[in-house]
Amino acid sequence: MTTVTTFRPRTGRTTELVLLLFAIGIVLLAYVNVGLAVREEVPANLGMTAGIFVGVTVAFHLVLRWKARYADPLLLPIATLLNGLGLVMILRLDYAAGRGVDSLVAGRQVMWSALGIILAAAVLFIIRDHRSLRRYTYIAMVVGFALLLAPMLPVIGHAENGSRLWIRIAGFSFQPGEVAKIALTVFFAGYLVATRDALSLVGRRFLFLQLPRGRDLGPILAAWGLSILILVAQRDLGSSLLFFGLFVAVLYVATERVSWIIIGLSLFAAGAFVAWRIFAHVQTRVDLWLDPFGADASSDQVAKGLMGMGHGGLFGTGLGEGYPHLTYFANSDYIFASFAEELGLIGVFAMLMLYALLVERGLRTAIGAREGFGKLLAAGLAFSIGLQVFVVVGGLTRVIPLTGLTTPFLSAGGSSLIANWIIVALLLRISDHARRPVAERVADDDRQPAPGATAPQPGGAR
Amino acid sequence: MNSPIRKLAVVVSLMFAALLVAITWIQFFQADTLRETAGNRRTLLQEYGRERGAILVDGTPIAESEPTDNDLRWMRTYSQGQRYSHVSGYYSFTYGPGPGLERSSNALLAGSDSSLFYRRLPDILIGREPTGATLELTIDADVQRAADEALGDRRGAVVALDPSTGAILALVSHPTYDPNSLSSHNLNAVQQAYEQLSTDESRPLTNRATGGDLYPPGSVFKLVVAAAALESNEFDPDSELPSPLRYTLPGTETSIPNFGGSSCSGEDTTTLFDSVRVSCNTSFGWLANELGAETLNQQAEAFGFGQSLQVPLPVTASRYPVDADDAQVGLTGIGQYDVRVTPMQVAMVSAGIANGGQVMTPYLVETVRDKDLSEIDTTKAQEFNDAISETTAQQLTEMMVAVVESGSGSRAAVPGVQVAGKTGTAEFGTSGAAHAWFTGFAPADDPNIAVAVVVESATDDWTGETGGVVAAPIAQQVLEAGVNR
Repeated sequence: MTTVTTFRPRTGRTTELVLLLFAIGIVLLAYVNVGLAVREEVPANLGMTAGIFVGVTVAFHLVLRWKARYADPLLLPIATLLNGLGLVMILRLDYAAGRGVDSLVAGRQVMWSALGIILAAAVLFIIRDHRSLRRYTYIAMVVGFALLLAPMLPVIGHAENGSRLWIRIAGFSFQPGEVAKIALTVFFAGYLVATRDALSLVGRRFLFLQLPRGRDLGPILAAWGLSILILVAQRDLGSSLLFFGLFVAVLYVATERVSWIIIGLSLFAAGAFVAWRIFAHVQTRVDLWLDPFGADASSDQVAKGLMGMGHGGLFGTGLGEGYPHLTYFANSDYIFASFAEELGLIGVFAMLMLYALLVERGLRTAIGAREGFGKLLAAGLAFSIGLQVFVVVGGLTRVIPLTGLTTPFLSAGGSSLIANWIIVALLLRISDHARRPVAERVADDDRQPAPGATAPQPGGAR
Repeated sequence: MNSPIRKLAVVVSLMFAALLVAITWIQFFQADTLRETAGNRRTLLQEYGRERGAILVDGTPIAESEPTDNDLRWMRTYSQGQRYSHVSGYYSFTYGPGPGLERSSNALLAGSDSSLFYRRLPDILIGREPTGATLELTIDADVQRAADEALGDRRGAVVALDPSTGAILALVSHPTYDPNSLSSHNLNAVQQAYEQLSTDESRPLTNRATGGDLYPPGSVFKLVVAAAALESNEFDPDSELPSPLRYTLPGTETSIPNFGGSSCSGEDTTTLFDSVRVSCNTSFGWLANELGAETLNQQAEAFGFGQSLQVPLPVTASRYPVDADDAQVGLTGIGQYDVRVTPMQVAMVSAGIANGGQVMTPYLVETVRDKDLSEIDTTKAQEFNDAISETTAQQLTEMMVAVVESGSGSRAAVPGVQVAGKTGTAEFGTSGAAHAWFTGFAPADDPNIAVAVVVESATDDWTGETGGVVAAPIAQQVLEAGVNR
């Protein structure tokens, strides 16, 4: 990896600006399209909207030029495009629901988007080197678990549609699990980079499996227990699947032992099976998954989403010309189905490709990262986005049973948006570090690296 | 650690590939099935969102779409809802297109019919909502009004045809309903109206003229029996048939009497001509057994029995029982036992006789027009079947003229016009209650209207209402309205 060159590699910032303006153009076009289709007029505040949109995103671009010159140039344009399209669809669904200016969900989402971008910029200012996060491994664990379990608290904990995932303070509703995702990824990365040798090298071989020692099973049993706890207590299959999948993935990257994946998946399958046998709400989800149109289907949620997607067909109805509001949770859990209806198969293919590209850039960052912690953190964050898209879109399209998760950057909801912008900021920070040429790195890197972070990693730089 | 990251990337690719396959399955391969899923409001909303074609009678819309300010954008209105309810049907947001043309010609009215594709291509390309096609009906407003008013409050049906083309001139079924009550945008009121209509024991939503209800034809079926006899070449109008006071059904001790227990001719025999004229039961019971079930069934099928039609309203197939024993065959000779007909089928029998033996296929839509009134399609008259020879038709016509001039159907007589007809009084159940029938055509020498009328018994008991008393006067008004059209 460490290649000394005599010329400066491209920073990619100009590419980023061009792509960013392209993304902004697409979003503004979609905005005008919705205005024309639903209200038969070009939005009156188009100039102002465009100005603010360009201002905020270009400002972020300038922050990158200043604070993370070598960051991956694709991350910001993709996040901007997805966030912008989400805003347009949420506004379009506001129109359909007849919501007035004062109660627009899109209005709140605009504020959350701005806050998300500001926080992401703040992350780039505050965290000058992602390796410093390693110092907070166990604090991240405590914070992550606390956030996850916060909805279980009396008073502030709050259940919606049967899932206890929210806390409500001073009128603001927040889904702490979204942020817990980041804290726990930091913890997984920090913990595993320190213990990976013990986990990967010690143990007995059994058939083709390298079995871990009993005491090394501790962490995976803890993660499993936590996932099952979430599944049972908060009635949230999606988060449970997300956390466990995330943990197993990072564990695998850290140890390179397939045995961990097999043990992990077996444990999860067993837990899920028992939960299915015992809990009615899990059975309901599975029944709906197998037969969404059945006469005894307890809900037509899945069926309505399928009808919406089917209605869109290959080319879609066109933005503003379908009936996505006939589906439940059209601007949150089902926003991807709303896009499928109005943009058609072609449109959502493109959107899935955007996500795939986002994850690919994240994994690419992980490969480029020069030390284990950065690799694990980047891989974990990137995979969490991919897994979340898989869980939510897979739920709508009946690849797996439906679970209520947000679609990254698209769904209405502040906590999700902020969490995803912070993830992008962290990926930008790691990629900046990874792509920075050695000469500059040495010059810039006057900070004390985290202990052990720069030590040679066995198998780390293959 | 790069190798497992690469493998993780492969796993991510597989996950996304699974999503792409699943979404392709839903949006491409399953899309049509999903669109047609029962209760898919999107399909309905999309159809509601475009201007639906009008239905015209004599150039006046009986159903049309009017723009509204609300989400549904168009509202269907029916200018003479009660009179045309069974022709038009209804178009309800909640319940979809109801019976009638709204359902059976839905694709044309909605503009989604494949025959409209090339006309719609410019609309599709510029993204304009296509409009539906307009239907011009064959209904004659005067004949329809006469039929509607003559039937009045009685339950029953009237069908009038143009014998030479098969064009449907009137189609009335009572009781009726107001389609406006189901097409309203007050969805709660619509639901209430629908629940009330669909649970009403008089079944106003049933189209008695074309199906839903099959009636015993009683003596109007004697036209088919007489036709079979004449076609067999073993009988002519002057053939003497046994006409005892009671005819004992073969193999039983049961016997059937004549209407009112009287003799048909005062003698033990009577001619075929007079048998039809006075509607003699005993001679027709004997004649049915003489001809046999096979011959009768063939003749009935030649007139259209056993075949359902789309005119485009669905017409239920009328039926002649194939499993009858000798005694039951005797009963079929007077249109009893399991013979079951639609008024449309009875009208086709009369129209076939009126048209020299040639039955024409009935049709309701004259012309399909585009929004700009340019013609898309015109229905051409089509021969359904040569049911009987011209000679047989002529002989039957003469008998039917006698029915009106000096027989059981005198109340169908139209001043100055020679009317041909046949009455029927069809018993059902065991209490003696009977539906009243009349079928015929006019003018007898050059027919331009054929009609079938059925009036359901108002009670479960015999009240003396025969076809000649109740149904013939209704037919008379319909024929009078149609004869000079």
